[in-house]
Amino acid sequence: MAAFKLGKMVMRSLFKKPATLMYPVIPRQWQERTRGHIENKIEDCIFCGICQRKCPTNALGVDRAKKSWTIQRMQCIQCSCCVEACPKKCLTNENTYTTPSTEKIVDTFVAPAEEPKAEVPKAE
Amino acid sequence: MGKRTIIPFGPQHPVLPEPVHLDLVIEDETVIEAIPSIGFIHRGLEKLVEKKEYTEMVYVIERICGICSFGHGWGYCHVIEGLMGVEVPERAEFLRTIWHELSRIHSHILWLGLAADGFGFESLFMHCWRVREHVLDLFEKTTGGRVIFSVCKVGGVRKDIDAETLKEIVTVLDGIKKELNELSDTFINDYSVKNRLVGIGVLTKEEATDLCAVGPVARASGLAQDIRLTGNGVYEKLGFEPCIETAGDCYARAVVRVREIFQSIDLIKKAVEIIPEGEIAAVVKGNPPKGEFITRMEQPRGEAFYYAKGADSKFLERMRVRTPTNANIPAMVKMLQGCDLADVPMVVLTIDPCISCTER
Repeated sequence: MAAFKLGKMVMRSLFKKPATLMYPVIPRQWQERTRGHIENKIEDCIFCGICQRKCPTNALGVDRAKKSWTIQRMQCIQCSCCVEACPKKCLTNENTYTTPSTEKIVDTFVAPAEEPKAEVPKAE
Repeated sequence: MGKRTIIPFGPQHPVLPEPVHLDLVIEDETVIEAIPSIGFIHRGLEKLVEKKEYTEMVYVIERICGICSFGHGWGYCHVIEGLMGVEVPERAEFLRTIWHELSRIHSHILWLGLAADGFGFESLFMHCWRVREHVLDLFEKTTGGRVIFSVCKVGGVRKDIDAETLKEIVTVLDGIKKELNELSDTFINDYSVKNRLVGIGVLTKEEATDLCAVGPVARASGLAQDIRLTGNGVYEKLGFEPCIETAGDCYARAVVRVREIFQSIDLIKKAVEIIPEGEIAAVVKGNPPKGEFITRMEQPRGEAFYYAKGADSKFLERMRVRTPTNANIPAMVKMLQGCDLADVPMVVLTIDPCISCTER
């Protein structure tokens, strides 16, 4: 039996920089694969609703009539299920986290207004 | 004979990361009997199989526990693959084994830290968790998540690890091994650590067998019980042998876990050497057929048991998980009988209680 077995490690760490980061003053390094938050390239979205049906936490809302795509950020578990299911590959999992908040953030993506214009000539 | 008193222990207690309640019947500082009660954090995850498709249920099952999340995901995928008769590619099995062993390393280092915190060795606790951080970084690099990986799917895995990253894993593990040598020396040889652990909460081999103890608790009592021996994953190819101690006290349980960390590092190194090239996921078509399937998995805390009942639809009829802590609670109650009140936190900690797992 011996005492002070951790002594060396403790002494070494006395003269080292802290192992922790001063977040958020020093920003974190994200990995390429980090599942941070879901983004939608709304121009390509066809509002098929597959992502809404696949989402395990029902965090997504797709409105075909209003051409809007909604995500409840606090409900999303970043499983990338929707990204894999998307037929147009317009959903991506970005490697940065959303900012912390005291309120439940809901992000809405609405398709640009040009699309109805493009549809008008088709109708004629 | 002194007067008997009942002292409540938990559900909120400094050594307990999760809520479990024990009624301790005390006589002169000695525990005569411990009556456990659970049920504070039941979430009804098993019931969700009736509403979630079997492919999406993986993400729910992974969230049973934050520490052995990969093991639960693998166990669920394994039981569905068995039910549907899916052949998993060999590379996927190797990748699963690597991630599972990495999970074991991070779970055991986490436990060592918690144990150090439990017997009041704060600097040891901090250093254990600092070392564990390197493993979490590896997870983030290879899977995208630090705690919940979402990388296992029915039929294989969702992400591959390239050769360069595999080499990096080995390099990082070598670094961890150096630091762990110092930490394990403290756990195994330090006077103050031994003072708190040796001879406390003894569980004999016969008691461990009778009470169906699993995992490191059983192995510390000399029972060679390890599901990795039964042919899950690629453990046969890696030449796996369980770590066994015979004393059955808190110290033996700590030593088993320390030795298992080093063993897991060696298993990962071997797996990286012989991992074959090829597909990482099999194509899965159709729904789970009518029928039942069971499988067992060796989680960091011990044997977990998975049951699934298919209904020939995309929803399962029933899913059941029996987790290692659930199996170890009777053994814990036995260990508590006759120990000092001051040793109760250590005895409770050495079964590595995971109450979220137990109640699901």
